[in-house]
Amino acid sequence: MNMRGAEILLHCLKEEGVDTVFGYPGGAVLPIYDALYASDIRHILARHEQGAVHAAEGYARASGKVGVCFATSGPGATNLVTGIADAYMDSIPLVCFTGQVGTSLIGRDAFQEADICGITLPITKHNYLVEKTEDVPRVVKEAFYIARTNRPGPVVVDLPKDIMEKSIDFEPSEVEVSLRGYRVMKGFNAGQVVSAVEMIKGAERPVIYCGGGVIGANAAPELTELAQKRKIPVTNTLMGIGCFPANDYLYLGMLGMHGTRYANYAIGECDVLVAVGVRFDDRVTGHLEHFAPHAKVIHIDIDAAEIGKNVAVDIPIVGDVKEVLAAINGRLEPVEEFGEWHKTIDRWKEEFPMRYGPSAEGRIMPQHVVEKIYDITGGEAIITTEVGQNQMWSAQYFKGKHPRSFITSGGLGTMGFGFPAAIGAKIACPDKVVIDIAGDGSIQMNIQELGTATQYKLPVIICILNNQFLGMVRQWQGLFYGGRYSFTDIEHQPDFVKLAEAYGAVGIRVKEADQVEAALRQALEVKDRPVIIDFWVDREANVYPMVPPGAALFNMLGGD
Amino acid sequence: MKKHTLSVTVENKPGVLTRVTTVIRRRGYNIESLTVGQTENPSISRITLVVTGDDRIIEQVTKQLYKLVDVIKIIDITDERSVERELVLVKVKADTSVRSEIVQIVDIFRGRIVDIGRSSLIIEATGDSGKIDAIEEALAPFGIIELVRTGKVAMVRGGK
Repeated sequence: MNMRGAEILLHCLKEEGVDTVFGYPGGAVLPIYDALYASDIRHILARHEQGAVHAAEGYARASGKVGVCFATSGPGATNLVTGIADAYMDSIPLVCFTGQVGTSLIGRDAFQEADICGITLPITKHNYLVEKTEDVPRVVKEAFYIARTNRPGPVVVDLPKDIMEKSIDFEPSEVEVSLRGYRVMKGFNAGQVVSAVEMIKGAERPVIYCGGGVIGANAAPELTELAQKRKIPVTNTLMGIGCFPANDYLYLGMLGMHGTRYANYAIGECDVLVAVGVRFDDRVTGHLEHFAPHAKVIHIDIDAAEIGKNVAVDIPIVGDVKEVLAAINGRLEPVEEFGEWHKTIDRWKEEFPMRYGPSAEGRIMPQHVVEKIYDITGGEAIITTEVGQNQMWSAQYFKGKHPRSFITSGGLGTMGFGFPAAIGAKIACPDKVVIDIAGDGSIQMNIQELGTATQYKLPVIICILNNQFLGMVRQWQGLFYGGRYSFTDIEHQPDFVKLAEAYGAVGIRVKEADQVEAALRQALEVKDRPVIIDFWVDREANVYPMVPPGAALFNMLGGD
Repeated sequence: MKKHTLSVTVENKPGVLTRVTTVIRRRGYNIESLTVGQTENPSISRITLVVTGDDRIIEQVTKQLYKLVDVIKIIDITDERSVERELVLVKVKADTSVRSEIVQIVDIFRGRIVDIGRSSLIIEATGDSGKIDAIEEALAPFGIIELVRTGKVAMVRGGK
């Protein structure tokens, strides 16, 4: 069969089970878009390539499938960079196809030429510049295989225009992946599992510390089983929200810089720390020397390079988190009683609950908005967040129950992530309520995606916690820079209600706490377009508790 | 802190060397020397890397390199029984009064004189890093005009 490179590409995408891609056309991808015209692959047209890549991330994070996006060469490709770096930091499977100038022009600084393989080298799991049309099937197969296996991550495939235009004789056939430098992790060290089981059995004050790796491995049931079987308290990272039900007695909430006091105290006192799918990030550990100082550490992760990277580990287990946890569970008998350790934790929970005061300005408290979102949705919504205070309040007060229902930019901390990610999540899960909890700063970074959300009639709800500040930076300026609010006051703002309406979305403004619930209920009634709710919240509310950067976890400010 | 010699087998493809050096730079480690060349299998290249660091650093370098799709195998041959060689070219000042003295030194180190100029010689020598250092030191008093070392290549002895 005679087929053009672009047609072969789309054929291979379908072989990979791709039904939806996010993208933006341009000169170098004309052949691909021409082939898309006649294809039944659903293409979601973003309004900016960054919107496309974050939407692909949201799609991947919500569905567990590989997210796919298209962009043209040069600026199209470089506009993807933030999203690629974001996916790399959070281990999200993504394949980004970028157009490239024709092979005869590469290296000549042609119009819209950028060395995207060079640019994305340190932020991709792997990348390809396709040099022959014949290579397309193999490269696509390898790209998806690499993106989704082992520790997932983004892969970039750069496609020169002439390679996509060229017709070759193509017979669809099974493509075998054969990569001698890349093997999918199989099995684990059974001896280490036995040692871990013995250590867990002998523990008096154990804590499970789990993260995004549990969600990536679809291992939430196994993790929950381990905790409940052995009555082990569970704390999670920002990326781990939803891998253990937040309404369970054993749940300690998030740990780290804006974690609960009781989670951080439990880390300080525990004698065995079971670290699962985590990487001991600085926002989690605080001062490393004081992190879990009394604990023997069991570290389970798919990525051998994470073992011992930041902390010394007593029992490392490299392997698929789901398989390893299942093996551990299989060797453990359930225990019935809650011991002294739980009494200690109960006392901390009673003494230092998560709480916030009334607004000094008589405005709505931002935490109240998040609590109301949780109440009204029964915790069943998919929450995406932007980055900053809105993200931390969401993590603290939305008590996620399910994996893949709390979607946030964890490692890179990308402002402007939440709204496009919500679009991707809504497309992946059309039957779920999807709410982006935003700040007034972050939302303006990808606000143009209102065009996308209205075009595709996506009822995504954007809740802006509007304090007219770049709130988290202002908080740090207040705490550590003598209250010098340098360029964080953004009182000059668009009218978000009118802005929503200009795009054909619904806009609601809420200034009173007693109207929060009604506004949310009104938004939930809208089924065919996005809704912006502009909540005017307390301008100078801070996120507490807080571990100052570089301090030990027990040195917390606020929440006492 | 100790010098480690890593023998890294990689796919012989464009850009692989950049991938390897990017990982090392990005993680903040310093390369003392690096050589690269095709192996007996034309689809495979071998990079011989000398990196300074304690065991923890070397373990991290190795693990991070293993994550590269194009890296096939890494052996730390520092403590293995191995043959290590470097090649050096030295252009040294040599007027007629000192030439015979230089020739003697070159003989002792089993080097070769590969070019003779009016007032200089180019000397070629191979050996382990210690021997190359010694030649450099022995020739320094005559005045070294230019010197280039290849960096280390290495091979494990015996059947491995």
